[in-house]
Amino acid sequence: MFQNLYDKLWQSHVVHEEADGTALLYIDRHLVHEVTSPQAFEGLKLAGRKPWRNSSIVATADHNTPTNHWDRGIEDPVSRLQVETLDANIREVGALAYFPFKDLRQGVIHVIGPENGATLPGMTVVCGDSHTSTHGAFACMALGIGTSEVEHVLATQCLLQKKSKTMFFRVEGKLGKGVTAKDIALAIIGRIGTAGGTGYAIEFGGSAIRSLSMEARMTLCNMTIEAGARMGFVAVDEVTLNYLKGRPFAPKAEQWDAAVDYWRTLRSDEGAQFDCVLEMNAESIQPQVTWGTSPEMVVAVDACVPDPAKEKDPVKREGMERALLYMGLNPNTPIKAIKVDKIFIGSCTNSRIEDLRAAASVLKGRQVASGIKLALAVPGSGLVKQQAEKEGLDKIFIAAGFEWREAGCSMCLAMNADRLEAGERCASTSNRNFEGRQGAGGRTHLVSPVMAAAAAIAGHFADVRDLL
Amino acid sequence: MDKFVRLEGLVAPLDRDNVDTDAIIPKQFLKSIKRSGFGPNLFDEMRYMDVGQPGEDSSRRPRNPNFMLNQARYQGAQILLARKNFGCGSSREHAPWALLDFGFKVILAESYADIFFNNCFKNGVLPIVLPAAELAALFAQVEGMPGYKLTVDLKQQVVIRPDGKALPFAVDAFRKECLINGWDDIGLTLRHADMIRTFEDRRRVEQPWLFA
Ligand code: SF4
Repeated sequence: MFQNLYDKLWQSHVVHEEADGTALLYIDRHLVHEVTSPQAFEGLKLAGRKPWRNSSIVATADHNTPTNHWDRGIEDPVSRLQVETLDANIREVGALAYFPFKDLRQGVIHVIGPENGATLPGMTVVCGDSHTSTHGAFACMALGIGTSEVEHVLATQCLLQKKSKTMFFRVEGKLGKGVTAKDIALAIIGRIGTAGGTGYAIEFGGSAIRSLSMEARMTLCNMTIEAGARMGFVAVDEVTLNYLKGRPFAPKAEQWDAAVDYWRTLRSDEGAQFDCVLEMNAESIQPQVTWGTSPEMVVAVDACVPDPAKEKDPVKREGMERALLYMGLNPNTPIKAIKVDKIFIGSCTNSRIEDLRAAASVLKGRQVASGIKLALAVPGSGLVKQQAEKEGLDKIFIAAGFEWREAGCSMCLAMNADRLEAGERCASTSNRNFEGRQGAGGRTHLVSPVMAAAAAIAGHFADVRDLL
Repeated sequence: MDKFVRLEGLVAPLDRDNVDTDAIIPKQFLKSIKRSGFGPNLFDEMRYMDVGQPGEDSSRRPRNPNFMLNQARYQGAQILLARKNFGCGSSREHAPWALLDFGFKVILAESYADIFFNNCFKNGVLPIVLPAAELAALFAQVEGMPGYKLTVDLKQQVVIRPDGKALPFAVDAFRKECLINGWDDIGLTLRHADMIRTFEDRRRVEQPWLFA
């Protein structure tokens, strides 16, 4: 029997299966942050239970933490309480690793897991956060879960799950200059829609995917959730192994060798079956810009804002009209004619060192346009920040007119002070352009880091390929 | 979750239809990091004359003397007597948390909203459906007798009135078993604790790097 990667990951974690197909899956890694964990820890305590295996836990504070004025601590009392509660909970139950507010290794949970080698191939990884799909880049079964499930995993080291259908998404060919994993992700979502992956676990493959770096694969898997799939993954190859070698929590010496032997099996067998196979040509992908309030409302940078009048489906048409109203855009406006107010380079989608390097390479020797009110560069973790500063990237950002901030989720969801004001338009490297996501009334356009840099320089959306 | 087998408890009447979850616990209290501590804000809008804020000491707030929970005779109530479509509105699990935190373990009503009904079982609160006529009789009895108590016997599936009359009720067999044994989802999974341990031990041998 040929098995696909999902079958392998699934099978290797089933502790018990009920007659109706509900399985108890063993969880290897439990990532914890401050927003979705307090009630879970409390529930555990109220029930007189202890965490099953505290060494599976890696925790950090990221959603609520400020990205500047760290000397002032966390000024918002509600945010501060959530962070302090995480502190107290982790101190009480213990963890493999905890990177508290202001720690050098603190950062967005989906950045620090891989960065520390705490995400390893073949694992089940869960976190009370939908973008846990990021970790699938390591051939993991990585799932976002709710607070009651967080408590369930804490108490039992297991998660109740039913098997998903499988999709293989093949991207063949060579990506053009200035086209990134973010553009692949947006192009895929634009094609299959935000519900296109619902019920599926998506494996990404093909020569274009194989040639992506680990960080780029993380960007792609991160966005899987926006395509409706709870998880997305990429098979293990040399790129995976090279990335992991020497990371703090990665196995060492003989254990490394044994692990590598096993990890190499984490790929779909030749001839394995999927419920659905889709294909895209890498050469056809252009730099993408979203125009609406859903990630599927996306077009290539040289296109125009679509015209609802041309949409035949009345429900879709109405959705487009509502999105355009919210976004303050007219149909048929060239994307490149849309002016922006703010720039955000950060989030678990695009805040790793390669993202910052790419953006800096565009910004180098250039200036943020005068119309831009704020341009933020927010590294994904303290380590990313440190590395960027070692390479002098901070100086490039600052010289160009960016603010260089401390690590955190920041303006991805605006739970801290970084946000859009009503009506402000942002070129953002994050993953969600929902109404109000970056602040009430704020208008988000999702783009890659280099496209965000290009928009910063031009003051409106621009084709980064003209700057390379 | 605490086991629920049999309870003799004081009854408090809430004589209205369509009590929604926002009435049970208003939205400003959802910012909390806890699932306990909602008791003082249960039915906040009906209970107090001002608008409550999270973190505020509710014992100092002006109370609505007409609201039953502010009356001496209903202090310590564990059984809530209600009417139709109890728990409608938003899906917040804070609603059963607030009822439980206040001390209510049983609700008697003609009907419930679905999600609320499920959330009750998840949290060890027993929502019982009784016919409108039985409920009407109970409201009259409670009104007429301070200190009115009912006995709820889950095993026998009856509510027993002080005059000895037994009111049978239906309950899903699986949910009943969970309540009687104090099983929540976690409790159920932990019935397989040995299997989990065996699985884990084998994994520890086969992939020791996962257990560093
Ligand atoms: S960066 Fe954004 S999407 Fe990622 S974990 Fe933080 S809030 Fe969620």
